[in-house]
Amino acid sequence: MSLADMSSNLLYAAFIAYLIASFVFGGAVKGNKERSFDSENRWGKVAFAITILGFLANLGYFFTRWGATGHPPLSNMFEFTTAFGMTLVGGFIVIYALYKTPIIGMIVLPVALLIIAFASMFPSEVSPLIPALQTNWLAIHVSTVVIAEGVLAISAAAGLVYLLKVVDMKKNSKQRFFLEAIMYSLVIVLGFVISSTYFTLTDYQADFTYIDEKDAETKITYNMPPVFGMNEYVQLTEGTMTPWVETPAVVNASKLTTVFWSFVFGTILYWVIRLVARKRIAAIFKPFVKNVNLQLMDEIGYRAVIIGFPLFSLGALIFAMIWAQIAWSRFWGWDPKEVWALVTWLFYAAYLHLRLGKGWHGEKSAWLGVVGFAIIMFNLVAVNLIIAGLHSYA
Amino acid sequence: MNEKKNKKKQNRLIMRTVILLLMIAAIGYTLYNNATAEDVSVLKAGDKAPDFSLVDLEGNTHKLSDYKGQGVFLNFWGTWCKPCAKEMPAMDRQYEQFKDQGVQVLAVNIAQSEFEVQNFADQYNLSFPVVIDKTKSVMTAYNIIPLPTTVLVNPEGEIEQVVTGEMTEQDIKGFMEEIKPE
Amino acid sequence: MEKMQCKCGHVNPPGTVLCESCGRSLTEKEQNSKLVDMRYEGTARRSQTYNKTIVDKIWNFFSSVKVGVSLIVVILVAAAIGTILPQQQYVDVPVRNAETIQAYYADVYGSVGRVYHFLGFHDLYNSFWFIILVGMLAISLIVASLDRFVPLYRSLKNQRVLRHASFMNKQRIYAEGNGTEDTLDKAEAKLKELKYNVSRDKNGLLAEKGRFSRWGPYVNHIGLIIFLVGVMLRMMPGFYVDETLWIREGETRAIPEAPGYTLESKNFEMETYNTEEDEVFEEAIERVGTVAKNYQTDVVLYKKPDDSLPGANDLEKIEESAIRVNQPLKFDGYAIYQMDFKLNELKAMTFALTNKETEENLGELTIDLINPKNDYELENGSTVKLLGYYPDFSGFENGEPQTATPLPNNPGFLVEMTTPETPGGETSFITIQNTVEPLGENQYKLAFQSADTRDVSGLTIRKDRTLPILGLGGLIFMIGVAQGMYFNHRRFWIQQQADGGILLAGHTNKNWFGLKKDLDQVTEYASLPAYRDQQEEIEKQKKEEGEALS
Repeated sequence: MSLADMSSNLLYAAFIAYLIASFVFGGAVKGNKERSFDSENRWGKVAFAITILGFLANLGYFFTRWGATGHPPLSNMFEFTTAFGMTLVGGFIVIYALYKTPIIGMIVLPVALLIIAFASMFPSEVSPLIPALQTNWLAIHVSTVVIAEGVLAISAAAGLVYLLKVVDMKKNSKQRFFLEAIMYSLVIVLGFVISSTYFTLTDYQADFTYIDEKDAETKITYNMPPVFGMNEYVQLTEGTMTPWVETPAVVNASKLTTVFWSFVFGTILYWVIRLVARKRIAAIFKPFVKNVNLQLMDEIGYRAVIIGFPLFSLGALIFAMIWAQIAWSRFWGWDPKEVWALVTWLFYAAYLHLRLGKGWHGEKSAWLGVVGFAIIMFNLVAVNLIIAGLHSYA
Repeated sequence: MNEKKNKKKQNRLIMRTVILLLMIAAIGYTLYNNATAEDVSVLKAGDKAPDFSLVDLEGNTHKLSDYKGQGVFLNFWGTWCKPCAKEMPAMDRQYEQFKDQGVQVLAVNIAQSEFEVQNFADQYNLSFPVVIDKTKSVMTAYNIIPLPTTVLVNPEGEIEQVVTGEMTEQDIKGFMEEIKPE
Repeated sequence: MEKMQCKCGHVNPPGTVLCESCGRSLTEKEQNSKLVDMRYEGTARRSQTYNKTIVDKIWNFFSSVKVGVSLIVVILVAAAIGTILPQQQYVDVPVRNAETIQAYYADVYGSVGRVYHFLGFHDLYNSFWFIILVGMLAISLIVASLDRFVPLYRSLKNQRVLRHASFMNKQRIYAEGNGTEDTLDKAEAKLKELKYNVSRDKNGLLAEKGRFSRWGPYVNHIGLIIFLVGVMLRMMPGFYVDETLWIREGETRAIPEAPGYTLESKNFEMETYNTEEDEVFEEAIERVGTVAKNYQTDVVLYKKPDDSLPGANDLEKIEESAIRVNQPLKFDGYAIYQMDFKLNELKAMTFALTNKETEENLGELTIDLINPKNDYELENGSTVKLLGYYPDFSGFENGEPQTATPLPNNPGFLVEMTTPETPGGETSFITIQNTVEPLGENQYKLAFQSADTRDVSGLTIRKDRTLPILGLGGLIFMIGVAQGMYFNHRRFWIQQQADGGILLAGHTNKNWFGLKKDLDQVTEYASLPAYRDQQEEIEKQKKEEGEALS
């Protein structure tokens, strides 16, 4: 078995371990009916041990892949996103060791699973480094960023638990709407994973030529039924569906189609869950968060920001600027990825000032934590895939 | 007691005013710099003309400082530049008029081959020295961007004027008058 | 506003919340709340207290956290808007000027692009309003920090060991109960062991740790200000050089904006990954096509001697080096970067002098397009004389061949061919596409054989004298952030009353969990009364009230 094969097997192992641990954490929380901390502790410990095993496998994936390619696996969408899932779990392990909170695990691990699954939808074969990435700053800059983002995401997880507990799901309110919207968007990501996997397994393929922005004829392959057609497309594969709409040249109709199918699958899945459970997804979690210590969640959320913010400043701004100066001759160029790193940084700066200066604790702070995660995900997903500047990976 | 308090208050007011004014001045200055950022630092009238040393087609070295006391009509050109070619004959005629009055013409070609430059000089039968700036170092020192650009250097070695674009014979005559030693 | 005299006799500045001396609550709101507000130690924020002149009003405006956060949020939103469409510097237009850029937005993005450009968002980060916003944030940073730092510093410097009972029992961590004679001594010993600074006054004890972490925010703000000063200086003439140099293999060029320095390009090289050498990556290479491995320009750097003049041919070699991506060539504060390239520009062309009818070949000649010769002698007495050379032939004007640029993109040659058969010579005008025989039908022609090419390197020359300032700002910012966030300011106040009873209060600016862990150890060692977390009690009470209601 080559190092590269070993690496992907280890990632599978980690994935399965996290999956099991998610349920055991859930059991640890749910099973604890009479607030018997013993049972919570016992099952929590088991789940934690499984999580650690998974994390070790995950680290194994990381370093064997590093060994196989000779460079840190942080150089494309698959690698970066997988690493983000890993650091998210790493952040959780630290928090659990400090605070012994299985409920955080019940939230973090499924999200980490979702992130790793999302990552696997991108080309995952080992790829060589282009000249701009051939430097130690790749490891220094990207690893600091990915660790910082993992830690900051813990803040969102704690915030989410806080909100799941305090938001009244029986009364119509803005809070209830947005909390459910968070749940819905997580299901949409699952929709993306399911639709991509489904169409890959069924080997769907439709080839087109189209006229791109520079008026050149270009080829493109859809791996999903082409709902949206590229600019002045010509269908090459017979027997596949004809696009419903043709889009102008600036729109990447192929990506738009992927988004469309993710929403279709995700929305169906969402309604299936809602109809089966006969309540909103956020409400399903209510029994799990019954015994949550809000004060502790607030402190974890804040503490994660306090640990993550300096790391993020260092990795996403300072190291980034040093590297940009070396590779691109300027430390700052208002590239979309750079701007969104600044946006994230400004957002957490606002979070800290609101908390320290205006006393935004508790629910307000929890919402901010969740929004911060949304910004990080936007920078990871939307900026790479839609806005695409110098940092464009895929 | 009250006096002391008032004085303290006054000091604070001065302090705050100074800090705010400084900050506002800094922002204003930044805005000004940002607005003028695109103006490249071109040589201006009154600057000292940077000295240089270039070789002409006959192999003679021409140093700008050798012409101290004379006006120097420094013309940057290239064979591909049509306005440059157009003004060459007029320059040559005026050179014949002014060369005995202490005006020197130096035509600086921008890094072309000797073959092309020689061919061009022969074609237009140029009588003033034609030098080639092989590494573009004189062009860089003078910050020349469009061609043709003519730099008028007075007998004191200062830049009298920088002319960009094509000149008529009338212009050329006027410029040579301008830099003619008294 | 009036000065506020506390019951203990201390006179506090107007706006004070907690007496600077004993800690009693001074406002009605504070007196009625269960816990004291410990932000800024309850001192008066200076700006709140004076509000008379216009200067004071402006000052107060910038001192407010609300204004600071609003500025952050507005900048954040503006920055995000700038990423919706590409900024003008990333727009790809053949000729770069205001009109072509405007047209680009309209052509590519339609009406959205037109509006975006109309609003000036195509150059958002250099717009006057964006700079003003950042400038206002800088003012806010300075004013708000000064307003808070000064009173906080004074208050922490002058803090008393003995605090009023009402200060103690309104702290989040609070305990009261019995003690023994040596309780304070034992507590002191344990606290010292935990690296607290302990001071005693009569029957009281104050233990404090990590006060310096309270200065973190102000230190990091100083760092940010230094950074912004660097950014400001960068726009000043002379601090910053940004030039582009296109240099061809074999060329020697003066480096723009770097007086005295000259660069020679020996060679440009582009390597790609291949499936044999880089076997691991086979799958990826096959999927993408080609993946670049290296862009490199081999250069020689020269400097002219101090007494030499521009143009003189007396360059001194400084060093030979390879400029690669991520490995700029650095010298004398300058750095030269490998940024771009063009492959395969024509460099030399080889022709064969050929008899048109018999196809007999009288020999070959190679014309160096960079430095052509006048005459080319062939073996058997034939010669080719170059009469004219037009590197970028663009047509005839008044019968004269023209060249559009000095670059050999489309070379045209006017030649005279002399052979033993045609001693009078034949004239021909040759370009890549065709041959013109202006003086009648020729017997001989120059048949194109082959061409040599060379590559062009696109280099960027930078000098940025603000980098040390920016680095210093960044460093100070990181020190401040680490100092403020990775350390906590923890304090305990312990008092033994006349009847031997103990009062204990604890406060930290963050990480209450860690504070409690410290206190657990002290409590055990010195047998202190059990403490309560009053914040948690309040939450619990609220929750129970809520449950009772529902």
